Amino acid sequence: MKSSDYQTMETSGNKTLRSSVNQTAFEPKIVAFLCNWCSYAGADLAGVSRFQYPPNIRVIRVPCSGRINPLYIIKALYSGVDGVLVSGCHPGDCHYISGNYFARRKFALLKRFLEYLGIEPERVQFSWVSAAEGARFAQIIQKVTNDIKRIGPFTYFKKRINTKEGV
Amino acid sequence: MKQAEYEITNTVEKILTDNKVDLFIGYEKGTLPLRTSPCFLSKGDDTSRLVWNSFCSNNLAVYLPRIMSTTNENKKRKRVGIICKGCDSRSLVGLIKENQIKRDDLFIIGLSCTGIVDSKKVLSQLNGNEIIDVSEDTESITVKLKDTEKTFDKNKYLYESCRNCAYSTPKVYDVLIRTAKFSPQVVIPDTSVVKFMNKTREERWKIFEMEVGRCIRCYACRNACPNCYCKECFAEQTQPRWLCVTNDLPDLLFYHTVRIFHQAGRCVDCGACVRACPMDIDLRIFTRMLVDEVKGRFDYDPGLSIEEPQPLATFKIDDKQEFMTEPEVNNVKGYKK
Repeated sequence: MKSSDYQTMETSGNKTLRSSVNQTAFEPKIVAFLCNWCSYAGADLAGVSRFQYPPNIRVIRVPCSGRINPLYIIKALYSGVDGVLVSGCHPGDCHYISGNYFARRKFALLKRFLEYLGIEPERVQFSWVSAAEGARFAQIIQKVTNDIKRIGPFTYFKKRINTKEGV
Repeated sequence: MKQAEYEITNTVEKILTDNKVDLFIGYEKGTLPLRTSPCFLSKGDDTSRLVWNSFCSNNLAVYLPRIMSTTNENKKRKRVGIICKGCDSRSLVGLIKENQIKRDDLFIIGLSCTGIVDSKKVLSQLNGNEIIDVSEDTESITVKLKDTEKTFDKNKYLYESCRNCAYSTPKVYDVLIRTAKFSPQVVIPDTSVVKFMNKTREERWKIFEMEVGRCIRCYACRNACPNCYCKECFAEQTQPRWLCVTNDLPDLLFYHTVRIFHQAGRCVDCGACVRACPMDIDLRIFTRMLVDEVKGRFDYDPGLSIEEPQPLATFKIDDKQEFMTEPEVNNVKGYKK
């Protein structure tokens, strides 16, 4: 599904929304780890300002991007999400002075490592969003959702449990 | 070799009788040919048990966090002497940096290592014949079989990790013993990571799945690794339970991805995990990538100096951040610039 398809679907309102639930259109689940002080407030601002962005993200609020253990990201993928977004304060703006600098080093290695193993680089994304950047937040969610719609569902790590309907 | 063994025995005898250390960790003859076992000696024990040869593969640093725990206040302070090859000493430095052991309580006998011979490679050449005796000189190993003798060129039968070793001589030690006729090693740069990266994404994932899919979750790779000293490993935690205790592929992939990633900036590429693996999983190709990435990105080689902070415990204001996502176009509805 192309991103343009998504936009037309969005504009035609409730009718398409209902049909998209019934139909096969792939709606990814994306977990977004947002830092409490910047990105979470940025998301809040995007909401208050009524910017529209895809409803595919599930937000997890964390105290700081430095709080995010790479284990959480891999656990999210294992638990069945199609993509992960991590967002924190811009470098220099961390509430805890240096948390995002440490996070940046961790994320750099994690991103390269997952890519090396053969996971699409779009699966796990990192961004900086400040509390004043509601529009930027909406744009980033739009981009991440489009990316993940393009590359399709994530099945590599997913724990499959046999049910009556099959796997 | 014999000269080095003699020097080791003398030094150990001396430090044990002088009460410089309470315990000494070295190698002794293994129960199988072409193997050695770790050997723990206290005062009064027979130091002639100690050996030094081309089969001393174990990374002895792995025992130190358990013996020298600095977190337990009630435990009596234990001073430990240890034999270290280049890679082991780098593991030691990592443990000192991470406050698992204290440098003051250690007596390190450094050995300039010329590479450890992979006994599996040698055994594969013997067609299952019983080994009567093994002898070695600086260049080669002679294996005596029932009716014949076979000679192997050491350099051709080294472990892969020894082939690419750039730090064969310890940087941190109390006594350094040079092996006889020591000649500087020729370092062969490791191209496996580049080769792996040149494959397509799907191929890479397939190889990772194939390698890791053989895993039987014995955790030998973790237990053999000096960096894996957590009292409770994430793989066995129950609150929260991170992953199921099964051999399903997703669980194996999860376990190995996280275990390998925990080595980022800490792995000294000693190859202990690969040697410990009963399923011959090539874990090194994945850990090696992190070694290279850390070197390239942060210009850091683990285990060379005690003072230098570890790459993930420090930062620079201008670290590269080319991997961060930037929005492409201004496509947000309801937003007017």
